[in-house]
Amino acid sequence: MKDRKKIKSILYHLIVITFSYVMIYPLLWMFFSSFKDNSEIFRYAHILLPQRFNFENFLIGWRGFGGISFSVFFRNSFILSIIGTLGAVLSSALVAYGFSRNKFKGKKIWFGFMIATMLLPYQVVMIPQYIMFNRFGWVNTFKPLLVPSFFGQPFFIFLIIQFIRGIPIELDEAAKIDGCSKYSIFFKIILPLITPALITATILSFLWRWDDFLGPLIYLNRPTLYPVSLALRMFADPSAISNWGAMFSMATLSIIPGLLIFIFFQRYLIEGIIATGIKG
Amino acid sequence: MTRKSQPKKSWLFLIINWEEKLMNEKYSFFKRVLNSENTSGYVFILPWILGFLIFTIIPILSTLFLSFTKYDLLTSPRFIGFENYIRMFTNDPKFIKSLKVTFFYVFVSVPLKLTFALMIALLLSYNSKLSPLYRAIYYIPSMMGGSVAIAVLWKRLFSSDGTINALLNLVSIHTDISWIGNPKTAIWTLIILAVWQFGSSMLIFLAGLKQIPVSYYEAASIDGANVFQRFFRITLPLLTPIIFFNLVMQLINGFMTFTQAFIITEGGPLNNTLFYALYLYQRGFQFFDMGYACAMAWFMLIIIAILTSLIFKSSNFWVYYESKEE
Repeated sequence: MKDRKKIKSILYHLIVITFSYVMIYPLLWMFFSSFKDNSEIFRYAHILLPQRFNFENFLIGWRGFGGISFSVFFRNSFILSIIGTLGAVLSSALVAYGFSRNKFKGKKIWFGFMIATMLLPYQVVMIPQYIMFNRFGWVNTFKPLLVPSFFGQPFFIFLIIQFIRGIPIELDEAAKIDGCSKYSIFFKIILPLITPALITATILSFLWRWDDFLGPLIYLNRPTLYPVSLALRMFADPSAISNWGAMFSMATLSIIPGLLIFIFFQRYLIEGIIATGIKG
Repeated sequence: MTRKSQPKKSWLFLIINWEEKLMNEKYSFFKRVLNSENTSGYVFILPWILGFLIFTIIPILSTLFLSFTKYDLLTSPRFIGFENYIRMFTNDPKFIKSLKVTFFYVFVSVPLKLTFALMIALLLSYNSKLSPLYRAIYYIPSMMGGSVAIAVLWKRLFSSDGTINALLNLVSIHTDISWIGNPKTAIWTLIILAVWQFGSSMLIFLAGLKQIPVSYYEAASIDGANVFQRFFRITLPLLTPIIFFNLVMQLINGFMTFTQAFIITEGGPLNNTLFYALYLYQRGFQFFDMGYACAMAWFMLIIIAILTSLIFKSSNFWVYYESKEE
């Protein structure tokens, strides 16, 4: 009986591990290819490990193109991701508190609108937004990608609302008796308690902004303004690509910030995804 | 105790307010208005209302207006009535193609993705010491699958001298087909990429599975239900609300797919991967056919609205809500 159980368990892990390997094989392949030279990538495409670890690709890749190195692209990506995330998370927290702990006229209608915009494809507002920002003279600046994030993002508002609902209302009432206004209740009581939700929103926002491609593609035409996503695409241009190893070394570097964040904040990320999916 | 003393509390609050009033006659009116829930509610949601009006409502209405015009961004828009909409359906085979391709992509990749997500979630719901590690590995692709790095990688994997062919050679399936260049297979490389990213749906399923009380399964086992009966009679019905949520989110995401087609296949070969979002971008930002692109955007909105409302309507028939049934 015990043996059978053991065999079953081994079989289970064998299946799961095999499939895990298939799942991350492409990522492993990309990682190891960043140490290979062109001929090795082509001729030994079926061999995962490089014959020897060659760090030259990283040096060549980092030089970038057109005299602009990847330090510029990474800096741009960090600026876009960090400022945009700060704006989105803070404004969303305010709005979420407004919706979840205040009774006001028209709340239901506004809430309905908010949920509806969550389902609205970006393409529907993309062109007029472009025309508008173009008139403002914001094309080829970071403003069109940063300013809208300071006005709350429905997905994060929803996520934080779900979290605030779990905080006992008695806390608010006690604070009210002690003379706290709605505003100080938010800053002194709610804000510290929703830190986990804020961390979740921060991680998701950072990852999405880091990977964003369509926005920068539309608004940024000057290579000095490119974030990593756009730079990689130019780098991988079929007419220009000559060094796949260098390209993969930069592609590998580009997913490292996201990967690190995932490793350190896994718990928050997973809980956040589950919270929006389940309690909704 | 605390609940019962509710009226007393607001009474106390009144006294506090009243005291403040006496102490600070000048600001009391302002303060009272500011602290009423009507005001505070609007103060807090003000950023979103402003953003909603400026970045959503005005653009949506402008899109509607522009969809009835010819507009190239340089000269002012010229009103042409329904011409854009008529052209879409009568005189633009690329538009029809992009609709077909997108529907095919969405209706193949979303069910496949959700099936995989559910299967792996069932597999991982069996707890072991390694579960967190497995969960992380299966989740990672969905976290970065939309990035340019992965798109570029995909291009390499599925090219004629790429890794997929090299691996197939190892198991003596000799082929040098370019999966991306072949009109028949190109869209499947994108479908595989979408299915590969089943991780976030899987996490939601996993959480749903954990919420099903073990006692249900025990009771069913005692009554002699086998694994399949337990799955189809207990697990699946109780998961339907989550399937519903995942379905809506993934459908919308599917319709918006852009980056992958833009980089991996560039819409080709023979427009076989010309996704709707990609064609809209080309019309707007490569041909500067802004009026037409706006008409396409509105049509996209209508399609998504119809699809979601159909799913919502149909949910009465297949989504199981425990509280309703009781």
